[in-house]
Amino acid sequence: MTERSRFARSQRMPIVNGILVLVIVIVVLQLWLFTATVNAYLGGEDDVVLPAALASALCLALNVGLLFYHQRLER
Amino acid sequence: MSHDETMGPLGRMVVPGAQARDVAEGVTDLERPTVPPDGAPAEAQPKWREDFPIDLAQDEYVSRRDLVKFLCLTSAGFVAGQGWVGVQSLIRRGRAQPAPLAIARVDDLPIGGAKVFEFPEGSAPRLLVRIGERSFVAYEQQCTHLQCPVVPAVRPAAAADRGGLQLHCPCHEGWFDLITGAPIAGPPQRALTRIELEVRGDAVYATGLRGPLT
Repeated sequence: MTERSRFARSQRMPIVNGILVLVIVIVVLQLWLFTATVNAYLGGEDDVVLPAALASALCLALNVGLLFYHQRLER
Repeated sequence: MSHDETMGPLGRMVVPGAQARDVAEGVTDLERPTVPPDGAPAEAQPKWREDFPIDLAQDEYVSRRDLVKFLCLTSAGFVAGQGWVGVQSLIRRGRAQPAPLAIARVDDLPIGGAKVFEFPEGSAPRLLVRIGERSFVAYEQQCTHLQCPVVPAVRPAAAADRGGLQLHCPCHEGWFDLITGAPIAGPPQRALTRIELEVRGDAVYATGLRGPLT
């Protein structure tokens, strides 16, 4: 039998809500970053493409980290 | 309410088969008033039963958790998109410049005159404009707003130099600076992409591309 989570579901609800808000903010940031990058690329500016890709990858890493944190709470 | 149903704390209905712990344990079990049909404790239930809950509180929790997962997938999609732009950028940087091409004779055009040409041959149209005795500029002719062809035109509000000549997109009243190709009025947000030129003797050569030309 697996050990129950140290948080009741009612306690985990605010946590998942907080994670959800953070993830939404990060995804909106990525959307802005992507549109700005495409705009720069179409305007012939290639210098911003690599830094923007790295920043977007960092955002994904943050999101995945939050997801793993949340999944660890459920165990 | 039938005889074998009872009211639990806070008036929630407890169905038959509910274990005493479910009623008495407190907050956690108040959110899980419905006991699975096999009566086994939550820890012994299969994973799918947790993902498809019956009770409202659990359902809200699971739907938000799934939204977090979906947004993480969206986030990965954006990274894939950024990677695709990066690959396209590398391909563009590695593309060889076309060989120089004679596109006009100096005397073909009066000052302020323009000519459409292709560079390299078979490309989208480019626009050559003579701006001085031996000075020329050339741009891709497509407006950066919605790809309408731009033409040289006198902009009444422009400075008096060069007679107010600018590049005009008549579709949506976009204006570009003749010397730099930068947008100066109307909906366009990006500069026109430029063709590099050289005047050799009495001929004008297109020598290179600068920017995302088609």
